[in-house]
Amino acid sequence: MKNYLSDTMTLANRLIKHNLRSMDTIITVVAMPVAMLLMFIYILGGSMQLPGVSHGEYVNYILPAILFMTLATGSAYTALRVFMDKSSGMFDRFKSMPIAKSAVLNGQVVSSVLFLMFSTVIVLLISFLTGFRAQANLGQWLLTFILVIGFAIMVTWLSVPFGLAAKSIDSASAFSYLLLLLLFVSSGFSSVEGMPTPVRVFAEHQPMTTMITAVRQLLAGQNPTADFWQSIVWIIGITLVSFFFSKRLYHQI
Amino acid sequence: MSSIIKVTQVKKNFGKQTVLKNVSLTVEPGTIYGLLGANGAGKSTLLKIITGLLKADAGQVNFGEMIMPKAQIEIQRRFSFSGQQSSVDDVLTGFENLTLIAKLRHLAHPQKIAQDLLTRFDLTDAANKAAGSYSGGMVRRLDLAMSLVGDPEIIFLNEPTTGLDPASRNDLWKMIRELKAKGKTIFLTTQYLEEADQLTDQIGFLRDGEIVATGTPTEMKRLAGSAKLQLTFADEATATQAAATLATYRVTAIDPEALAVDLPDGNMSSLTILKQLDDAGMTVVNFGLVAPTLDDVFMKLTKGVD
Ligand SMILES: Nc1ncnc2c1ncn2[C@@H]1O[C@H](COP(=O)(O)OP(=O)(O)OP(=O)(O)O)[C@@H](O)[C@H]1O
Ligand SMILES: [Mg+2]
Repeated sequence: MKNYLSDTMTLANRLIKHNLRSMDTIITVVAMPVAMLLMFIYILGGSMQLPGVSHGEYVNYILPAILFMTLATGSAYTALRVFMDKSSGMFDRFKSMPIAKSAVLNGQVVSSVLFLMFSTVIVLLISFLTGFRAQANLGQWLLTFILVIGFAIMVTWLSVPFGLAAKSIDSASAFSYLLLLLLFVSSGFSSVEGMPTPVRVFAEHQPMTTMITAVRQLLAGQNPTADFWQSIVWIIGITLVSFFFSKRLYHQI
Repeated sequence: MSSIIKVTQVKKNFGKQTVLKNVSLTVEPGTIYGLLGANGAGKSTLLKIITGLLKADAGQVNFGEMIMPKAQIEIQRRFSFSGQQSSVDDVLTGFENLTLIAKLRHLAHPQKIAQDLLTRFDLTDAANKAAGSYSGGMVRRLDLAMSLVGDPEIIFLNEPTTGLDPASRNDLWKMIRELKAKGKTIFLTTQYLEEADQLTDQIGFLRDGEIVATGTPTEMKRLAGSAKLQLTFADEATATQAAATLATYRVTAIDPEALAVDLPDGNMSSLTILKQLDDAGMTVVNFGLVAPTLDDVFMKLTKGVD
């Protein structure tokens, strides 16, 4: 099995080439969260009144949601690539080869996580230009990084079964709208206090709110609270379930 | 038996749908086996089971001494599989597609292997262009080249010439024949009877989840029935008269003035028939022999009539 790692990297490398050769993909992925960032700060920001959040701090408040939005949008492309490899017969060719069968999906995941992290770094740099400032020390930045990369791994594995099960290009990436919806019905952009009761109860307990709160606290210079550990549990749980479904579907196609 | 592939009583259902009821077949080394069947007959499904992409519900697939799912990696080292759509990476160049496969097969000098195959398949000019920009024929050639990386002894091709123009099809047939000349075993599926006729040593007809007929192309054509003698006369009256004269044969009218006579005793019996007509004073304007085609077999077998 010493070939296992090199097979995974060979397969990931192929998709990294895909990403590098379609620059419009990365532009599309980065454009939406950046547009949201600008819109919230310069258009809606003035009218957004959040308890305990001054106008100047609003960019810091929405930044975690903006980063997760980048990852959610980007994961649509992962589902798309998986769907394309399924429908073009690439998976069949790889499956018929004398390689570890799990290297194929793992190659997809490695390239996807790299792509997502790259997009996130770009969005983060742009947000610094719009006035985002963090109070986090090195350790808190590191924990933030762990959460963000964990989120990237989670949405990547989540996108795999959708790509495998999809019947068309459009349905392959549709699940990412669900992620975006969850982001909007969370504490990402506005306080949950103002939401109607049933929506608020949902928003308070869904994983996005937990993860956004955890990142927000870390970047504000706070040490990890229960939200951080709950986020880790969510991430591991959702990743494991998606991983299980991915494997099952992969062997059926 | 010295068969290289042996499929025994393979069954496969997708949910409630039975796709393969009971399939058995053998492939001899160094031959071309052609699996024929209509759309949805289960050709791709059977090929996926043989190559280990899908698990059968029952039955066994042997490659010599080795059994398929158990010795999967060892067996897969000996063959290559090319899917129904050409599975080439559209974004990568032809060169990169070939080196990708060479790397996954852990071969030494992937670049050299890629160069040699590009030359052999006449793709050197397009070597550094994205495969997405290739013509249909070029994609198929690249696809076949990818299947030859590492020089496997068995080559599986799922509908290798579907969608190609006649010239490209001929090119590909030539390449497949060359592979056989090099001693490779080839297992292909096709919907084209001409392809099976031109290329294969052994044909299996898949219908209703079973191999309903098997044999060489010649044997299969014999299944379709005897050759026919077509006779054309000057007018309808002569034709009717001739039909009466040949009452001991099976005669069918194809036109008012043309008849087709079955030749169950072989082509030479047409001489007797022509002489008989001549003796009776009937002038034959034109005549010709029509051999049964695999299409006749296909129509017979796919419709399920005997
Ligand atoms: N993964 C699958 N899940 C469910 N049904 C399937 C699956 N794969 C194939 N089938 C069904 O099995 C039947 C046989 O399909 P298969 O692709 O093997 O036929 P085929 O002979 O290759 O046809 P074609 O000439 O169109 O390629 C079809 O009815 C198809 O819908
Ligand atoms: Mg098929």
